[in-house]
Amino acid sequence: MKELESLPIREMATPWLEVEADPRQGEGAPTSWRLVWREFRKNRPALVGAVVVLILIGVALAAPWIAPHDPAQINPFRRLQPPAWMPGGSWEYPLGTDHLGRDLLSRLIYGSRVSLAVGAVVVLIATTVGVVMGLISGYFGGWIDTVIQRVVEILLAFPYLVLAIALMGVMGPGLVNLLVALVYKEWVTAARVVRAEVLAVKSREYVEAARALGASGTRIMFRHILPNVLASAVVIATLRVAWVILMEASLSFLGLGVQPPTPSWGVMVADGRSAIFQQWWISTFPGLAILVTVLAINLLGEGLRDALDPRLRE
Amino acid sequence: MRRLLQTVPVVLGVTLLVFTLIHLTPGDPVEAMMAGQGSVTQEQMDQLRRELGLDLPLWRQYLRFLAGLARGDLGHSFYYRGAPVGRLIADRLPATIELTVAAMVISVVIALPAGVLAAVRRNRLADRVGSVGAMLGVSLPDFWLGLVLILLFSVSLGWLPIAGRITYGMEPPPVTGLYLVDSLLAGDWAAFGDALRHLVLPAVTLGTAMAALTMRITRSSMLEVIRQEYITYARAKGLSEWAVVVRHGLRNALIPTVTVVSLNAGTLLGGNMIVETIFGWPGLGRLVVDSIYVRDYPVVQAAVFIYALTYILMNLVADWLYTWLNPRVTL
Repeated sequence: MKELESLPIREMATPWLEVEADPRQGEGAPTSWRLVWREFRKNRPALVGAVVVLILIGVALAAPWIAPHDPAQINPFRRLQPPAWMPGGSWEYPLGTDHLGRDLLSRLIYGSRVSLAVGAVVVLIATTVGVVMGLISGYFGGWIDTVIQRVVEILLAFPYLVLAIALMGVMGPGLVNLLVALVYKEWVTAARVVRAEVLAVKSREYVEAARALGASGTRIMFRHILPNVLASAVVIATLRVAWVILMEASLSFLGLGVQPPTPSWGVMVADGRSAIFQQWWISTFPGLAILVTVLAINLLGEGLRDALDPRLRE
Repeated sequence: MRRLLQTVPVVLGVTLLVFTLIHLTPGDPVEAMMAGQGSVTQEQMDQLRRELGLDLPLWRQYLRFLAGLARGDLGHSFYYRGAPVGRLIADRLPATIELTVAAMVISVVIALPAGVLAAVRRNRLADRVGSVGAMLGVSLPDFWLGLVLILLFSVSLGWLPIAGRITYGMEPPPVTGLYLVDSLLAGDWAAFGDALRHLVLPAVTLGTAMAALTMRITRSSMLEVIRQEYITYARAKGLSEWAVVVRHGLRNALIPTVTVVSLNAGTLLGGNMIVETIFGWPGLGRLVVDSIYVRDYPVVQAAVFIYALTYILMNLVADWLYTWLNPRVTL
């Protein structure tokens, strides 16, 4: 057991454990997950990240119940009120109000919904597309691989934000367009990692064995190869959520993403920009919220990487 | 050379994507051009459409676009009354180059020593501080960092200017378009200092994420190198610690660093748009953002193409640097 622990997870999940039983019921899988957890638990920053992410998800889900005010409620008599601890502030608006008199805290709470939802949805779609593309590309090779790889190379030639900004400019702002503009290039990351993994796994004995037993290509891909590349996909996906949240905020900041009055943190930073000299809090708090969220997800993702798949370290 | 040939299909693909991008645009470009010009007859619009080749089938338009690119003709702006896009971009390019190079210099100057130090003093205080800093650096939204820096250094402390490239009227005579270089050529130290003071905040904002990435990679590749036998051998020879770390360690650790840095250069190019917008920096990034607001698609199209081309070139340079640093590899 001692020796097994030091092995990376991938080695643990090798097929001689899967031959007789479904991996979900067999000995292999639960043991490996327990090992992953044991490894993860030792990593204090990652634990902190995980807790913060959980809290943020809780806040986003419970927004209507915990927000003190309606985030869209305009109040001309309460414009530009400072945070509670500053002279002129009140605990009714703990973080103050913006140029329309909307409660900043409530908008921050609702803003978490936009950031987390966009991050999760974009990465979910992109990873699914990427994993399928990577599997096909790596497993079949030949002209399919060539075509997919050319597309990947072309998309990689565009700096991320440049392509997203141009797409948003052409399609016009809005939530659905934002998702499209981000998924457009995002899937490439997962596709490349999965393809490399498939190439590494493809010639293993258990894949050969499955083929010898007459399993179809699809079956081999999804039953035998996919479970073995999933760990990398999960790690990559987690880290990419942080990146996508940053991109969403950047686009919204430029006015090309989520449109007001939907409270997006990026839009909120932009709202406060013109008032930065006097009412610094309007831009500062949403920026901090982005920083904390992205930081927490990065810590969680890197903890997962170290626990699940140490080879992905740069 | 072979590597250069391999990029040809990619560049072609890039042109195709850029071309289709603009033809996804809803609305008629001719109407966009004529907007706000009073009454325009149908004949005039048809005439303009013919002049611009917009009546041709798509594939011919694409060929025209390619032929134009080959001649260095990037099309004509809608917004600036038909001004050649190439001219508009050329005017803005020096500002962007100056900013990007400054950001790269700052990030490398901070990241390399910090990365080496973190590796040499692994798990000690310096390493811990470094890794926290790097983690913050990659998680900071650059548009917000820029605002906070302005708030701190320009508004509260009043040390640095808030926006722009140089104080109005101090522009050095244009030679290269890079104010730092031009002011030195003109021997105008006041202009040099002024341009430098304007450059600091945008360059730091742009360079932060890059510095964080570079530092982490330098650290991990340095850790990899330090374990090698030739380092033990260099120590055993009685070389000074400095020589061991820098001459034998760093040089080899740079190999992966250079690759990863150039792969992430795209982040720098994208960041340009944000940073230039915040600091009122009259570069290419701001031209793109402004052009999107006024729906000046030929400018957007050409600028996106230039960005992609730059990125491809940077990767080529990285490959070349890689073989230069690591003569064992041939491409």
